[in-house]
Amino acid sequence: MKNALRGVTLLLALLATGYGAPARAAIKVLATTSDWGALATEIGGDKVNVYVATSALQDVHRVDAKPSLVARARTADLVVATGAELEIGWLPVLVRESGNPRIQPGAPGYFEAAAQLKLLDVPTRFDRAMGDIHPQGNPHVQLDPRNIAIVAQALAARLAKIDPSSAATYAQRAADFDARWRAAIARWESRAAPLKGAPIVVMHKDHVYLCHWLGLVEVAAIEPKPGVPPSAGYLGELVAKLTASPPRMILRNAYNDPKAADWLAARIHAPVVLLPFSVGGTPRAKDLFGLFDDTIDRLLALES
Amino acid sequence: MIRHRPIAALCALGLFATPALTATADDAAALRAELAILKADYAARVDALEARIVQLEAAAANPQPLPEPPAAPPDTRSSATAFNPAISLIIGGSYADTSRDPGDWRVAGFIPSGGEVGPGERSFNLGESELTLSANVDPYFSATMTAAITGENEIEVEEAFFRTLALPAGFTAKGGRFFSGFGYLNEVHAHAWDFVDPPLVYQAFFGNQMAQDGLQVKWIAPTDLFIELGAEVGNGDAFPGTRRHRNGLSATAIFAHIGGDLGVSTSWRAGAAWLDQRAEDRTYEDTGDVGAPVVDAFTGKSRTWVVDAVLKWAPNGDVTRRQLKIQGEYMRRAEDGELAYDVGGLGLADGYRHEGSGWYLQTVYQFHPRWRIGARYDALDSGAPRIALVDDGTLSAGAFTLPRAADPDRVSLMLDWNPSEFTRLRAQYAWDDARAAGGRDRQFRLQYLFGIGAHGAHKY
Repeated sequence: MKNALRGVTLLLALLATGYGAPARAAIKVLATTSDWGALATEIGGDKVNVYVATSALQDVHRVDAKPSLVARARTADLVVATGAELEIGWLPVLVRESGNPRIQPGAPGYFEAAAQLKLLDVPTRFDRAMGDIHPQGNPHVQLDPRNIAIVAQALAARLAKIDPSSAATYAQRAADFDARWRAAIARWESRAAPLKGAPIVVMHKDHVYLCHWLGLVEVAAIEPKPGVPPSAGYLGELVAKLTASPPRMILRNAYNDPKAADWLAARIHAPVVLLPFSVGGTPRAKDLFGLFDDTIDRLLALES
Repeated sequence: MIRHRPIAALCALGLFATPALTATADDAAALRAELAILKADYAARVDALEARIVQLEAAAANPQPLPEPPAAPPDTRSSATAFNPAISLIIGGSYADTSRDPGDWRVAGFIPSGGEVGPGERSFNLGESELTLSANVDPYFSATMTAAITGENEIEVEEAFFRTLALPAGFTAKGGRFFSGFGYLNEVHAHAWDFVDPPLVYQAFFGNQMAQDGLQVKWIAPTDLFIELGAEVGNGDAFPGTRRHRNGLSATAIFAHIGGDLGVSTSWRAGAAWLDQRAEDRTYEDTGDVGAPVVDAFTGKSRTWVVDAVLKWAPNGDVTRRQLKIQGEYMRRAEDGELAYDVGGLGLADGYRHEGSGWYLQTVYQFHPRWRIGARYDALDSGAPRIALVDDGTLSAGAFTLPRAADPDRVSLMLDWNPSEFTRLRAQYAWDDARAAGGRDRQFRLQYLFGIGAHGAHKY
């Protein structure tokens, strides 16, 4: 037993020193979603090594705190999360179990996008009878590109703080991204002008920022309350209401089960538009630019 | 609204001006001049307000990129409430219908573990209410306490521990009372179990779960493969150990877990652990061949091996629709020492060796959002205990009814519905062959679990 313990201690010491030695390597970023992963790559380039914890085919509210993610959290220099409690069911476990003081909340290695933004849908009453509400506001911030622009600058500042030796690179890449991004926003806004005022139906309240940006009008959600599945009675009311004043389209995210949207579409004769929602949600949404190019194209496909 | 104000003001002025009509012509001229000045003044103000409205409307139509939020506004709450810990409360209960009297439930072949094991009482039962408070203490430590308030109006400290936040190189230390890190299910709180009760092997080997009063150190390797090594030392109070009247350590445990992904849909974790515990006068009641209960006691070493594995599958990692979870654990325990018969009476004691094992395998499948179905098979093998007092003929074999050869088993099926993350309603049916004699117990249970307060985050 004693020998075994000594052996383990020796092994621990070897591993701790061997792996712990800070070779001048890329900054390891653990991004909770593909959008923040893509943004970290835009800002960091080859100075960062990005690992994305989830895919666009997952509902980021509900993710398992898998061993592989704990392992990534252990070595991460920076966690880039959405925040506003979007990842509350799993990210705190990763951070806690990681044994990594660099990424504890409050440390420079813990970055929340939502903390940089003014959130919409901030509830005035905190009661779970209202469904899955987020006390700090709606966390699905990525579908307003102006939010991405703000987060990009804050992320560049944070990367510079963690890795001062590459601060100039981050600043330069952030400025370059900002210029390209603002040009793209202008392009998307002019193309999306016909969408202004278009009535839409959503599955979950996760398009508020897209609506806020493009002037789409959310007339109904298939979930009666966030995270609560519709009852037959509610769906009946929804069909009656939407038959009387049909929406231009029903939006569905790549990760949503198609059944509910298709069911409603068949009854109210409105088309379902599949949106990537996050980078990787559709083949064209390879990066952040692709995400918005594809989103706008899909929204406009009905116009022609 | 704003535009109406000057008109109202003019009306009011008109009312006040009425008596002036009876005054002299000079007065009238002066009033007229004053009125003209007032009119001009209000016109200018209305123009300014209209200009501002136009400006605001323009700004609302073309919102500028949202500026970075200012530093948090000064909070008027006092720090006494601002630093309140996260509080969560789980309330649970059940309704039980069993074909045999739960009062005579014993796991055949094993010395009782002393915990509140077995199918519980019949009819309605209030389960344990789990109250958890947790917060960071300072930049170096966090603290968590979970108290279980039982249906029998007792409060038990399930866990109360500190944990380090700032140790370097992947180390975390934990101290106080905490569920030992071995196996898969031992660290899982009762409300997160996939069945109403824990597997027989946990009931027989640890009295449901083992909490250490001691210290734990864990280390996670800086590798993409998840590798976790842990060591614990404790006072040994938890079954199968006992508190001993001496300094130093009475229980040690070492464990290792590894885990990773197999593609985007599958993840897994496997582990092995070794527990070394000491018991001193670990008493239990046995109904020997005399028919009256006698108190027997074990003193010696108790060593347990545990291996565990869990595999989860969800299409594209999306756990909201379908998910499959398979888990299994195997444990083997050797107890070596002295068994005393009729402590305080005859007081005979001699050598004792018992090597028993147990395992379970369970599968839970979420076949539809919010609905899960599960099956579990439990089995124990108590081997053949060697009791010197019986072997040398001092006592008859009937003197000890509990440690003897037996192979209890059980089959359980469950169905649960989770309308939200905070509610679970479950039905479970079990065919329980844990008892030594008298045949099978058919157990039907309905269970509810509700969570309020802070949003929990569960381990893998």
